[in-house]
Amino acid sequence: MKIYQRGMAVDGITFTLPVGSVTGLLGGNGAGKTTTIAMIMGLLTPTSGTVRVFGADMPGQRYRVLHRMNFESPYIDMPMRLTIRQNLTVFGRLYGVDGLASRIAALADELDLTDLLDRPTGKLSSGQRTRVSLAKALINRPEVLLLDEPTASLDPDTADWVRARLQHYRSERGATILLASHNMNEVERLCDRVIIMKKGRIEDDGAPARLLERYGRHTLEEVFLDVARRPDTQGTAQ
Amino acid sequence: MKLSIGYVISHYTISWRRIAAMIERYWFLLRSSWPRLLELAYWPTVQMLVWGFLQLYIGQNAGYFARAGGTFIGAVLLWDILLRGQLGFSISFLEEMWSRNLANLMISPLKPIEFVLAMMAMSIVRLLIGMVPVSLLAIGFFGFNLYGMGLALAAFFVNLILTSWAVGIFVSGVVMRNGLGAENLAWTVMFLLMPLTCVYYPVAVLPPWLQIVAWSLPPTYVFEGMRALLIDHQFRPDLMIEAFFMNIILFAAGATGFMLLLRAARRHGSLMQTGE
Repeated sequence: MKIYQRGMAVDGITFTLPVGSVTGLLGGNGAGKTTTIAMIMGLLTPTSGTVRVFGADMPGQRYRVLHRMNFESPYIDMPMRLTIRQNLTVFGRLYGVDGLASRIAALADELDLTDLLDRPTGKLSSGQRTRVSLAKALINRPEVLLLDEPTASLDPDTADWVRARLQHYRSERGATILLASHNMNEVERLCDRVIIMKKGRIEDDGAPARLLERYGRHTLEEVFLDVARRPDTQGTAQ
Repeated sequence: MKLSIGYVISHYTISWRRIAAMIERYWFLLRSSWPRLLELAYWPTVQMLVWGFLQLYIGQNAGYFARAGGTFIGAVLLWDILLRGQLGFSISFLEEMWSRNLANLMISPLKPIEFVLAMMAMSIVRLLIGMVPVSLLAIGFFGFNLYGMGLALAAFFVNLILTSWAVGIFVSGVVMRNGLGAENLAWTVMFLLMPLTCVYYPVAVLPPWLQIVAWSLPPTYVFEGMRALLIDHQFRPDLMIEAFFMNIILFAAGATGFMLLLRAARRHGSLMQTGE
């Protein structure tokens, strides 16, 4: 649970992420998605309750596990004057990555950044910056990858490309991914489980196909609208 | 919370590699921006020239000040160690806020103590880039050799830099908790100490009640010690030792404040928003 002075942000939610799963946190603005992710990363202390990652209490025992996690969000930048290579070097060292130069080269190749490596991060387009953020998020080969609206403000082609990279990373590494998004196509394509949040509570939780079946709908967008427009309930926190 | 060996090791061991990574990050930034480099030496040079010429003028017209040769220039150079030391620390922190990078650091394995140590190291780097050329100019323009103070300069430097770090750490904590709305504090807080630490005049000039305040601030001991050295040609180790112990307390208070403000920032969600 997380309560700010201005009110309740997350209200008694409980869920477990199985290893290797891709879970989507779906919800409108102010639903509590970012707050939930911030608590999992140890960036925010819950008002009550516990958050555990690989058995470590967050944020109290975060240094036991932070090197196994990473995060990407379009709302957090990297130093603009530093080149991509410099930024990735700094973060690679912070995460204790071995063989850093070859790791950066491999990531640059995979994310189509090789020709841009020595360009200042501030001089990139938003699509290129997203790829750099993704490179930073993958630099330590995280076992848990947290993504906050990873394709927000990207054109459909770039967004599709980013989703393909995420799918590839998941299948290659068996990583556990938690993805907060407004984008139903993204959630439908990437996630094998969806948690729908509303006003800080979990409103529903299940595989996309099960949710479509439960609501008698054809798309997750329709499910989302059903949940968003129905009168408030006490939620079905598990 | 269980205080297991694993917990203690994961929380309290320091990684020099991570500290070096942060120093490298700030060095990349400095190297990429000539205005940032120029700024480091610009104000210290202007200050030194103004006070140096003023001292030259007064020295030609008053016997005491002629004897007290160099106190103004010495004071301005030592003051700049204090001011630039704190700014060097705080600006490194502000760079993270300005670039909206703080959350990236806070979710990385970088520990607060490593972050603080990197900013301490960078404050010395910035100080050296700014102050070494200025101190050499002071020799050229006014024949004032700061390095002629010898070991006393080392004592002055240690005490001033400790104070600057203590203030820098605390101010960084305040900005982290309250956002960039508190940024002005980083630029101005040290000027509150300027009249109280008696940079350009002896403590005896102050009214008695204010003298008590002045003697509670470590830099006062340094500036008094500098005047004793330049006017009476006497090094006062007693003043330096007193200042050092006060600095230890001040530094511990600054570091504790930073940790408490970091904890509050985690509670209030300040680490997620790096704007105002």
